[in-house]
Amino acid sequence: MSAAFIFEQLLNSLQLGVMLFVMAAGLTLVFGVMGLINLAHGSLYMVGAFFCAWVAGETGSFWVGLGAGLVAAAAAGAVIEMLVMRRLYDRDHLDQVLATFSLILIFNEGTRWVFGAQPLYLDIPAGLATSVPLPGGGGYPLYRLVIIGFGIATAVGLYLLISRTRLGMQIRAGESDREMIGALGVDINTLYTLVFAIGAMLAGLAGALVGALQSVEVGMGEPVLILAFVVIVIGGIGSIKGALIGAILVGLVDTLGRAFLHKLFALALPPAEANGYGAAMASMAIYLLMAIVLAWRPKGLFPVNA
Amino acid sequence: MKRKLLALALAASVSMPALAQAENVKIGMITTLSGGGSSLGIDIRDGFALAVKQGGGKLGGQDVEVMIEDDARKPDKAKQIADKFIKRDKVDILTGIVWSNLALAVVPSAVKGGTFYISPNAGPSQLAGKLCNENYFNVAWQNDNLHEAMGAHVSSQGMKNAYILAPNYPAGKDALTGFKRFYKGELAGETFTKLGQKDYAAELAAIREAKPDSVFFFLPGGMGIAFMKQYAQSGIDAPVFGPAFSFDQGILKAVGDAALGVKNSSQWNKDIDNAANKAFVADFQSEYGRLPSLYASQGYDAARLIASALEKAGGVGDADAFRAALKAAEFDSVRGAFKFGSNNHPIQDIYVREVIKEGDVLTNKIVGVGLKDHADAYASQCSM
Repeated sequence: MSAAFIFEQLLNSLQLGVMLFVMAAGLTLVFGVMGLINLAHGSLYMVGAFFCAWVAGETGSFWVGLGAGLVAAAAAGAVIEMLVMRRLYDRDHLDQVLATFSLILIFNEGTRWVFGAQPLYLDIPAGLATSVPLPGGGGYPLYRLVIIGFGIATAVGLYLLISRTRLGMQIRAGESDREMIGALGVDINTLYTLVFAIGAMLAGLAGALVGALQSVEVGMGEPVLILAFVVIVIGGIGSIKGALIGAILVGLVDTLGRAFLHKLFALALPPAEANGYGAAMASMAIYLLMAIVLAWRPKGLFPVNA
Repeated sequence: MKRKLLALALAASVSMPALAQAENVKIGMITTLSGGGSSLGIDIRDGFALAVKQGGGKLGGQDVEVMIEDDARKPDKAKQIADKFIKRDKVDILTGIVWSNLALAVVPSAVKGGTFYISPNAGPSQLAGKLCNENYFNVAWQNDNLHEAMGAHVSSQGMKNAYILAPNYPAGKDALTGFKRFYKGELAGETFTKLGQKDYAAELAAIREAKPDSVFFFLPGGMGIAFMKQYAQSGIDAPVFGPAFSFDQGILKAVGDAALGVKNSSQWNKDIDNAANKAFVADFQSEYGRLPSLYASQGYDAARLIASALEKAGGVGDADAFRAALKAAEFDSVRGAFKFGSNNHPIQDIYVREVIKEGDVLTNKIVGVGLKDHADAYASQCSM
């Protein structure tokens, strides 16, 4: 096992981590500000990927497609906020789960109706389809490095937005005391729509970037949604900082588990069994991580309003 | 008023016994229509529905009622639907399941209770061996079959150090077992991934590290799309091989040119030259506006197998006659020669195909026969 291999796996962990962060940031923002559990967040990820694939196919440019994916996801977010979510803020979490779950079904069937059941074609831009040499040998796909760049830019952008801008101040105020900022004359409806659209746009960004790497198909959002929930539960629901740390942790544990667990088992077991146990343990690893974190800190690593 | 209606209904049922409801053959289809992997179930459903439509709503001259439910690739959901179909709807025949873990949850108890199950896809080794049953028929293949053909092909290409990869579920295990049964070289590595996994960065790094001379992978549906795209970017230059599931018609468009030239194994292709296949490919295209995949061909053959047995046995009333008629498999399969082995699994040719471009459309062409008149390895464990 070479140093380059370990370094490559660390890069893979970081890439998975930042993408999960982009996905989880919107989810945790919406929960933090509006107190809303949004199961349809994965659907917005799918909307971003489908519009990116569609527009990229029509125009021949991935970047135009990416822009379209962001706009479409943000628009879809704003529309469902105004039509559906607005009615849910005062209801309890069970009602929110029920309503947003039904949105998943509506989005999936709607997407199938519009785009068909077969997966869409979306490839990464030709200029990024190479790999860059790593120190110590081997190469790393340039596109994955670009994803890491997007993820870091998102984290910095969110930090600046929340700590340095007027909107950020309102978001922070909204997290601490929802009723009071309304009483102080902030247009709470617009603020909520805006926050929801930002969260949706981030989901769309993740969907479009990852869609080019993986596959653009109906139902692609749900597995990611589960991971995003694991991330925000580990990080502390409502905390952006927690989402960042949680996402990197999940990225590390998942990738390193897949890369090394079966080798660990192979020290004590025959290869066939080691492979089986390694694969089973690797797919469980992040949930074990979540269980351990929750046993140690029941409200996550960075609890909000602690 | 009510009494009058009742009397009318009674009179009608006496005078027109041929129209009575009980004459319908009830078929319950459990398949994956939503979420990941739904394009497979949709193809199976559409292939099956095409055969029913060609028969004018009948199969083998019998009126059939096909009930379709979505299992969302969840074993517990598939089991619930099966229980509902059997207990409440009293279906005669079950079919449709795509995934082997779902088939293992549903099939053993269903066939034990006397319901027929015709598998249009999943063929786990357990159901071909120890858990075989006289009421279970697989019209597609035993899971290992296509991978066995690829194992033989990879060896025949002079490859001696293959890296092999499949999801961690029953069909994934069958796949790698099947490949290894006919592959003669060494293994550079063997990896099981999570079912539904879409990011293969960690696995690709391990493949690069192992320096294989070839890579064999079984990743059906969206998993295969994701793997092929990421493999193309990884800069690893070992040739890839796979079963048809990794290169079927439904996913080729989404994989794009990265799939061009890849060899894969299948029991069916659209260019197989027989009348049944020509009619199937043409009718499927005009009905649905897309090329059929092998899943569609399997759904179609499942319906036509049922049709042949219904016609021969005159319905499902006499279960023994119907079973014998199924086993005889007297229908023109779109893949050409087809018969059942002793464990009700196919004995058939497995072809090697190559991904080509016809105009702008990526599709497959047969370039050779991988294994001729091939039967599965588990028939001897079946005590039927």
